[in-house]
Amino acid sequence: MDLFTPDVGLLFWMLLSFGVVFFVLAKWGFPVITRMVDDRKRFIDQSLEAARKANAKLEGIKAESEALLAQAREEQRLILKDAANTRDRIIEEAREKARTEGALMLEEARQQIQHEKENAIRDIHRQTAEMAVEVAEKIIRTNLTTVRQQMDLVERLLDEVEKN
Amino acid sequence: MNNHTIRTYLLTVLLCLIGAWLPLHASSHAEEEENASIDIKEIIFDHIGDAYEWHVATIGDKHVSIPLPVIVFSKEKGFHAFLSHKLHHGEIYNGFHIATNGDHKGKVVESLSTGEVVRPLIDLSLTKIATGILINSLLLVSIILFVSRWYKHKEVYDNAPRGFIGVMEMLIMMVYDGIIKPSVGKDYERYTPYLLTAFFFIFLSNLMGLIPIFPGGANVTGNIAITLVLAICTFIAVNVFGTREYWREVLWPDVPMWMKCPIPLMPVIEIFGLFTKPFALTVRLFANIMAGHSVILALVCIIFVTQSMGPLLGGSMTVVSVLFTIFMNCLELLVAFIQAYVFTMLSAVFIGMSRVEHHEK
Repeated sequence: MDLFTPDVGLLFWMLLSFGVVFFVLAKWGFPVITRMVDDRKRFIDQSLEAARKANAKLEGIKAESEALLAQAREEQRLILKDAANTRDRIIEEAREKARTEGALMLEEARQQIQHEKENAIRDIHRQTAEMAVEVAEKIIRTNLTTVRQQMDLVERLLDEVEKN
Repeated sequence: MNNHTIRTYLLTVLLCLIGAWLPLHASSHAEEEENASIDIKEIIFDHIGDAYEWHVATIGDKHVSIPLPVIVFSKEKGFHAFLSHKLHHGEIYNGFHIATNGDHKGKVVESLSTGEVVRPLIDLSLTKIATGILINSLLLVSIILFVSRWYKHKEVYDNAPRGFIGVMEMLIMMVYDGIIKPSVGKDYERYTPYLLTAFFFIFLSNLMGLIPIFPGGANVTGNIAITLVLAICTFIAVNVFGTREYWREVLWPDVPMWMKCPIPLMPVIEIFGLFTKPFALTVRLFANIMAGHSVILALVCIIFVTQSMGPLLGGSMTVVSVLFTIFMNCLELLVAFIQAYVFTMLSAVFIGMSRVEHHEK
């Protein structure tokens, strides 16, 4: 039957066009597409792998940063404590110093006052003595003009001595 | 309630259509009595067979068809190329005409000076199917190159394609990952272009065959010459690149000695098997597609056959015929894919079998 005998003309045209189609598509068609999709698959796999690694790394970083933070906090606490101690010590020292200084100054002032006082007393003593001598001189000069008067005085003085 | 209304409406429309068609039928009834006997076989074979012109439609008595080039090489008159409308209705051009009966019915024949009527030495006419092959090839090349062009300007980290190119990528990768890689095994890259080309050529030709008007409609994959060429390509791909182990299995298989030594029983069977494989490929594809086309045509012909049996039967059978044809077309859509898939898969499996490596027992 006609249906089951391949026609020579059709064989020729089929061979020719299928050959050309195959050549063209094998050169510029399918390999481009399959290579690209294969590459894309590989790229996706790599990206997934990279993402997984990045995730793991992120976990590590998080833990590390938390440890770092805790350490920093601890350090901060220590520093603060240290600072407080230092402050207290400085204040204490300052106070101490002020006290000793004050005491020293006070002592000095007292000594000076004492000194001044003694000077003043000495001055007063001297002046009083001088004044007494002067007064005595004047008194003596006026009352002992006569011999009798001189004798009276001597008598009285002697009496006084005797009484003592 | 709503459903019921729709059903009533549809029924009314249907009845109206039949009613409108009845007077028409009655008026042409007399003429049809005369040529009522429709040769269904003739119609079907006409449609699934080859022709020198591409018949598009018949309007009234006028045949609308696209003339195609006839290229013949005659021993007596040499090379001739002309358009087929010169041979229309049995006309003779330069001693060539289309035979209406005999061994070469429907083919271009030449009348020799001796009065003998023979086929030209070589007939390379671009017949309907040959033109169909060229159109399908052109379409296939355009589609695939269009798709592959998209990839040329892209990098791996770009987004995957969408729309048509995405569908094509999906189809290509389905064949590539689903058939070629597992079936061929090692060295699958070498066979990928051929298997993909075969798949898409068959698939596209099958689909184009289902379109009833011009660019489609040629029964390309339902012609044995086409499937034969495809099977020969597979045969070459299988046997030319076959490994040493493959040929050893063919010529000296692992069977008891008496089956291969005095009389080479198994080797003969194996060598015979080399040729039955492509033969099966040829016939499977050809027969499936041809049968599908025949069934659809036969179902359409029901309309014309039952017209002579009265208006009621004719009308109702028209509805039945249309429904069945729609169903068959859907089925053929499936078959178009399945046959392309099967051909590619079997080719890939045969290639994979020819790539066997020696394995120690």
